[in-house]
Amino acid sequence: MLDGSHILFYLGTVGIGTTVATTWGIMAVLVLAAWLVTRRLSLDPGPMQVAAEGIVQTIHAAVAEVLPRRSDAVFPFIATLWIFIGVANLSSLIPAVHSPTGNLSATAALALLVFFSVHWFGIRSEGLRRYLKHYLSPSPILLPFHIIGEFTRTLALTVRLFGNMMSLEMAALLVLIVAGLFAPIPLLMLHIVEALVQAYIFGMLALIYIAGAIQSLDSRHSLKEEEI
Amino acid sequence: MTPMSWFVIASTVVALVAMAIGIIAPANAMGKAICTALESLARQPEAEKSLSRTLFIGLAMIESLAIYCLVIVLIVLFRNPLLEYLLK
Repeated sequence: MLDGSHILFYLGTVGIGTTVATTWGIMAVLVLAAWLVTRRLSLDPGPMQVAAEGIVQTIHAAVAEVLPRRSDAVFPFIATLWIFIGVANLSSLIPAVHSPTGNLSATAALALLVFFSVHWFGIRSEGLRRYLKHYLSPSPILLPFHIIGEFTRTLALTVRLFGNMMSLEMAALLVLIVAGLFAPIPLLMLHIVEALVQAYIFGMLALIYIAGAIQSLDSRHSLKEEEI
Repeated sequence: MTPMSWFVIASTVVALVAMAIGIIAPANAMGKAICTALESLARQPEAEKSLSRTLFIGLAMIESLAIYCLVIVLIVLFRNPLLEYLLK
């Protein structure tokens, strides 16, 4: 029940479960859709191009609002997270497909990506010494709490997405068992809202963590500039 | 009664009580957060964007507490690691 992935086929000695297969399917769909939309870009856009441009611009505006200076570096990662998790969360509305984000290993992988990218963007933008120094600020006594915080927030990202998606699926299943065929439809409507909200929250928290790593020194500079 | 039936009764009761208690506090906290956000929104409608973003993130943080509770309860119900002492 807690790890709802069973093995479909073997690739050498590695068993490929339903979660991985669904993830590959979603990746293929996304790549195909991106290729189809960007194949014929024109200045007089058709409906597909307008929709794609709307999505990209909305995400870019949301990233730029939190991280005004280096939004272009972080934008691809956050946009990928948002689009992939949104589609993955919604994919369990298709019959016989389980959402990959309802599996603890998949969400742990996503949260690990966020964990490493925080340090990556932080070191890239500030240099190793200055980045490590922010662990000692405002006082070296807080170092253990900074380190604990790094791990607990990754764990929280993992469990939040997993718990939400798995409990939604399980709730729909329980209502189906108790009440009958068409009873879970209101729950499925809730599922759509919840899936999009959870994708938004995951991406937004990742963005805020990255912004915290990048801007810990930036904000101090800008404060000084404002004082002058 | 056999130890097994005691185990079933205990884990069911504990699961229900844990869910009930574990949801009261986050519900309270969410109510408080939304209440304060609405108040400040009424006072300062132009701050809606940053307010709603912060509210969403705060609600996610609070909600994850209830989700932790749910995950622990599911572990107790479906994958209880202590069960093997009984089945030995």
